[in-house]
Amino acid sequence: MSDTVLVRMTVNGQPRQGRCEARKLLVDFLREDLGLTGTHVGCEHGICGACTIFVNGEAARSCLMFAVQADGAELTTVEGLTSDGKLHPLQEAFHEHHALQCGFCTPGMLLAALDLLRTNPEPTEAEIREGLAAVLCRCTGYQGIVNAVVAAAGTLRDAVESAPASLRHDALP
Amino acid sequence: MKPPKFDYHAPPTVDEAIALLTRYGGEAKLLAGGQSLVPLLNFRLSRPAALVDLNRIPGLAYIREVDGHVRLGAMTRQRTIEFSPVVRRRLPLLAEATAFVGHLPIRTRGTIGGSLAHADPAAEYPATLTALGGEVVVRGPSGERTLQADDLFQSYLATALAADEILVEVRFPAMPEGAGFAFEEFSRRHGDFAIVGIAAMVTGQGASCTAARLATAGVGPFPARLRGAEEILERDGLTEAAIEAAADRAATLVDPPSDIHASAAYRRNLTRVLTGRVLRRAIARMGGA
Repeated sequence: MSDTVLVRMTVNGQPRQGRCEARKLLVDFLREDLGLTGTHVGCEHGICGACTIFVNGEAARSCLMFAVQADGAELTTVEGLTSDGKLHPLQEAFHEHHALQCGFCTPGMLLAALDLLRTNPEPTEAEIREGLAAVLCRCTGYQGIVNAVVAAAGTLRDAVESAPASLRHDALP
Repeated sequence: MKPPKFDYHAPPTVDEAIALLTRYGGEAKLLAGGQSLVPLLNFRLSRPAALVDLNRIPGLAYIREVDGHVRLGAMTRQRTIEFSPVVRRRLPLLAEATAFVGHLPIRTRGTIGGSLAHADPAAEYPATLTALGGEVVVRGPSGERTLQADDLFQSYLATALAADEILVEVRFPAMPEGAGFAFEEFSRRHGDFAIVGIAAMVTGQGASCTAARLATAGVGPFPARLRGAEEILERDGLTEAAIEAAADRAATLVDPPSDIHASAAYRRNLTRVLTGRVLRRAIARMGGA
């Protein structure tokens, strides 16, 4: 095991660790070593966005990082969006607005959309389309996804004022 | 695909990183944001013996105003630059160009030093550094030296950095108060590298032009100033006729390649069209409009 390294990180609020080769991509570590298969592997060169997760609170491609680089980091994957078994308001909006079909892009789409809404809580539709260009979807034609993000933006703004802390988007890691 | 095996080092200081580069004698690659390098590794187009990861070196990410310049640490993330109040105030052209770099999740990791050292001729930062007359500080075994943009970029993906040198800082002269500026690029898909991109800065009063800066992306092996076009504006002023003449001149100053993305003639035409566009937008913004 001399050419493996110990990697320790916090994933969705839980301390996790494993040993892997330095060349192991973060997305493969999440899926194969930690069993978190919600994050998908698509193109492996940063174009498709299916592997998008949060690294220290900001969306990043987990296929363009090595697991060893995330040692000590705080990660959020799609599995971390639910709280107390309840879908995140953005996930609810995807459900309501038919924002997914095959679901392959959905984990990346959710994290990219959440990052967009946290940097720009009141985006125009054009800004949403520009933000979602970071993730490719081959099923929906995007309209349902745009509708869902528009709806979720409103819900999340309201939630900041009235909902319990666990549902506040600004309370996420 | 997955990357081939490599030795992985994450040194805590620049000096140790330089020592590692020396030790591997050109067979090691520096890992900054990884947004260009990791795809090359994943596709096994690059097979370095070792990666020297700069991400664990503290103090390489900062944005500071010093003596009319803005200094950015090489590991400053593009996302940080995009949202930096100092950059928006002093280098609004850099802020505007940053929004064209990939997508937000790419900019989370991508760094200014990595982008400049990678020296993709179609990338936004080399063109911006060239337009603004910036320079980079590089450190090697025998100390530091400073390279102007013109001296840094040598050819396609090739810079003047030696195999044991590290780009540690980027310096831009702050843009003059009220300078007009614009960055425009054309690509087939949002977030792609530019087929052609043009960066512009214009200073002057009314229709008189004291200085014009135009630099290219995507039309040659490295970014280039369009000096002949700039001179038309500085001589004739910021009139519609001068803009047209500068745009026409710009198209004659470039010798673009033909490749799978676009023909040389198409790139030349884009150079003319985009030069006109950036100039009109830059001039409309002069005086802080």
